[in-house]
Amino acid sequence: MITTTTTAAAPRARLRRQLSRPVQAGAVLVVWVALWPLVRGRDTLALSPADLTPLHRWLNDLNDTIGANRNSNPIFLYVINEIRAVVGAFATFVQSLLSQPSFGRPVPVLGWLGVVAVVAYVSWVFANWRVALLAAAGFVFFGLQGLWQESMDTLALTLAAVAISLLLGIPLGIWAGLSDRFNRLVTPVLDFMQTMPTFVYLAPLTLLFLIGPASAVIATLIYAMPPAIRLTAHGIRSVPPTPIEATESLGATRWQTLTGVLLPMSKRTIVLGVNQTIMAALSMVTIAALIDAPGLGKTVVKALQTLDVGTAFNAGLAIVVMAIVLDRVTTAAGARVDQAGRPSRFRLPLKVLLGVLAVVCCYLSYTYVWAAEFPGEGSAGSALARGADAVTTWAQDDLSTATQAVKNAVTLLLVDPLQALLTESPWWLVGAAAIALASLLGSMRAAATTTVCIGLLVGTGLWQDSMTTLAMTIVATLMVMVLGIVFGVWIGRNRHVDRIIRPVLDAGQTMPPFVYLVPFLALFSATRFTAIVAAVVFAAPVAIKIIADGVRGVSPTTVEAATAAGSNTWQMITKVQLPMARQSLTLAANQGLIYVLSMVVVGGLVGAGALGYDVVAGFSQGELYGKGLAAGVAIVLLGIMLDRIARAAAQRSAAKTRPR
Amino acid sequence: MTVHFSRLAGATIATTLTVALTACGGAKVGDSTTTGGGASAQAANCGTFNLAVNPWVGYEADAAVVAYVAEKNLGCKVTKKDLKEEVSWQGFGTGEVDAILENWGHDDLKKKYIDEQKTAVEAGQTGNEGVIGWYVPPWMATKYSDITDWNNLNKYAAMFKTSESGGKGQLLDGDPSYVTNDEALVKNLKLDFKVVYAGSETALIQAFRQAEAKKTPLLGYFYEPQWFLSEVKLVKVNLPPYTAGCDADAAKVACDYPKYDLDKIVSKKFADANGPAYQLVKAFSWTNDDQNTVSKYISEDKMSPEDAAKKWVDANPDKVKAWLPAK
Repeated sequence: MITTTTTAAAPRARLRRQLSRPVQAGAVLVVWVALWPLVRGRDTLALSPADLTPLHRWLNDLNDTIGANRNSNPIFLYVINEIRAVVGAFATFVQSLLSQPSFGRPVPVLGWLGVVAVVAYVSWVFANWRVALLAAAGFVFFGLQGLWQESMDTLALTLAAVAISLLLGIPLGIWAGLSDRFNRLVTPVLDFMQTMPTFVYLAPLTLLFLIGPASAVIATLIYAMPPAIRLTAHGIRSVPPTPIEATESLGATRWQTLTGVLLPMSKRTIVLGVNQTIMAALSMVTIAALIDAPGLGKTVVKALQTLDVGTAFNAGLAIVVMAIVLDRVTTAAGARVDQAGRPSRFRLPLKVLLGVLAVVCCYLSYTYVWAAEFPGEGSAGSALARGADAVTTWAQDDLSTATQAVKNAVTLLLVDPLQALLTESPWWLVGAAAIALASLLGSMRAAATTTVCIGLLVGTGLWQDSMTTLAMTIVATLMVMVLGIVFGVWIGRNRHVDRIIRPVLDAGQTMPPFVYLVPFLALFSATRFTAIVAAVVFAAPVAIKIIADGVRGVSPTTVEAATAAGSNTWQMITKVQLPMARQSLTLAANQGLIYVLSMVVVGGLVGAGALGYDVVAGFSQGELYGKGLAAGVAIVLLGIMLDRIARAAAQRSAAKTRPR
Repeated sequence: MTVHFSRLAGATIATTLTVALTACGGAKVGDSTTTGGGASAQAANCGTFNLAVNPWVGYEADAAVVAYVAEKNLGCKVTKKDLKEEVSWQGFGTGEVDAILENWGHDDLKKKYIDEQKTAVEAGQTGNEGVIGWYVPPWMATKYSDITDWNNLNKYAAMFKTSESGGKGQLLDGDPSYVTNDEALVKNLKLDFKVVYAGSETALIQAFRQAEAKKTPLLGYFYEPQWFLSEVKLVKVNLPPYTAGCDADAAKVACDYPKYDLDKIVSKKFADANGPAYQLVKAFSWTNDDQNTVSKYISEDKMSPEDAAKKWVDANPDKVKAWLPAK
């Protein structure tokens, strides 16, 4: 990437070249804007929502053929059906333990008391008593909300999906960590799994795996498995070479190196992968409800049919609480793996004692009704629902005039011009500009990827829709970065603020979008702006967390030195902390972008039109299926293109700032 | 250490016993499991009835009442499955869905599953009439009385401008589940409007609700029967009337949507078995008012589907009786 040169003149030449690159990129943009009025409206490759291309029709036929041959094809009979049977049996087993009447009993094996006891005990054993208390409180809260059974259904399906994800994901991750070739092979597949909208494969999935827990679990694990693979591979790759060489020189076998050095040393990252897999699985709860997956998702979906924000909020809050509990427990468990000191002498007896107590609770909840079914009417839930309703009504009635003005201003000044530039330019002009920018800001390799992506985007027949979506994506990502920097710096510098804001960020990531989108629709109407806001709510938390982490990672000595030199707060932030956290800023932009793209479909449900609407319509109308699939592919292509350009640009700037 | 441990273990056992003993007062699981009852004699010949529930309230009202009657009067074990339309139709072939209770047209699906795959059959009409069209909030119909004639829409187009409509009037479309001809209609009727895709029923309802509350102009695609109409009585705009075949060429459509006679679709296997549940589905029929009543119980009164169904069934014994198979 960076060629090492030995002549004295070379550094200066390289400096000039590097300095001029942003200028050149600016020039590309200027030329584009200057050409725009001349070629406006030519070759824009527009396609109206009801129209199809031959490719879309062919995809429809393909889908029909698969459906028609379901019962005669050996792949179905011997592979797919077997997978379905195994996954279905496992999911049903977990459900029968936690949530569904089973083994001829009217209640599951474990009642609420047993579940709370086991959760608290496990949290204590693997993490600490503080998160154990949080976990117990969180689970009791589900009962108080009147959502015990729904929560357990969600927990059961989540656990089943997470278990299978880890069972497959961790070995695959180890393989990807050890083999460069496999890693290269699997990365685009993982990109695909994470950015392909679920709506695209939800209907075919029920055709393959039938309606029921198997389909729900498989839909969830397609989205939830990639983090486990990625982070395991990343963990293995990050083990420094010295200890590996040391063990190998002692004559250890590959297996001994793996189990003795690589796995223990990457344990913390693998736990982070487990954590991210759980979060991803929980974000699928409402989507799985569309194919009859029981649980909190169903409550949300049903409530929204009547725009009952209160009830939807109550169920959404349960999902958030479950996410926070599982997040804190796995994070604390990961942290403990790090500081595994000598356990206190009381720990073992205490473990046994509390273990027995948990078993007793399980027995009670198996036997007695009071410990099996959560008592009470869930009055906390209805109070919460009423509160949420009141807030929503107030916002809709009293704020909407002001918010409509904001919406109009942002649309007029930011979204419309950008969209006009992207959608009304000929496709070849946009393509040429994108390739030029990729090679200037990134690398030749990124430019090659961009060329392929542009070509395939044209091939999907959805070029103009892709450009409309791209315009919204860019605006949303900019907003995410502004919020990311403001809040990231704030909570990165202040632990107290962090403690208050972090649960809000978790809620932004796990609350089912439609719960807050109903009031947003009143505030901003069904518009592209609402779609942008939805994406920002979901994506900003990630950016904020990453930037806060980066700011916190700036070494205290540097901060002290700057303070001693008389820097004020503003100077500290702009001259020391942000520049030092530069890597985090790039990572935040990258992740923010991917998260924004994963909200394109939700945007299509609230007025964004374009690719998001194409996907939704394809899911709802058989005739548009092929077009929806093509739109899903277009979203993946946009994601890969932007991601590769951003990564190459980040590598370039990292190389530039590297001390020589 | 061992001494310590045994003492702890002793304490545990003591606690356990105490807890267990105090708990003994409670009812045991499985003491009284017989719920429902009554119709168990018939249960044998009805068996399990898999009912698809598509995601809108009107459908849920149908499903609630049919499920209630099937369970209480026929002793069926009803499994409701919450599914989107396309997925429900797929379920006929895989044997996981027995019946769809409210089908809106869907000629493409009928062709695929009834004519080609032969996994589904029609089971008659629900008695509900579906209307699709363009609607305005009631305040507009009162204030601009001639707005309900499409000929006058261009006169008011400027009023409907939004940030999304690019200088033209906005026609808010788009529950993606329904086929729309609106782009062709706008073009062929030479209207100065742009179709904007809201993308979901939620978005459409919220838009109309806000337009009525804030007295802001809105023209949008909507349909009845729909629970929201009992909250805000939207007024339909009259497009050139529908005549048979006027919508044959999708690109040249210049007429209103046809009225849909909503119908019931069942799996072929279910129909051939001709059990009591099938006979109930086939006989089931009620009016838009009936459905709106149950929808209102569910949406506005926030009753559970079971309670809503019970309330309606108790109030309408004669109608229910007509659906039941002859003894």
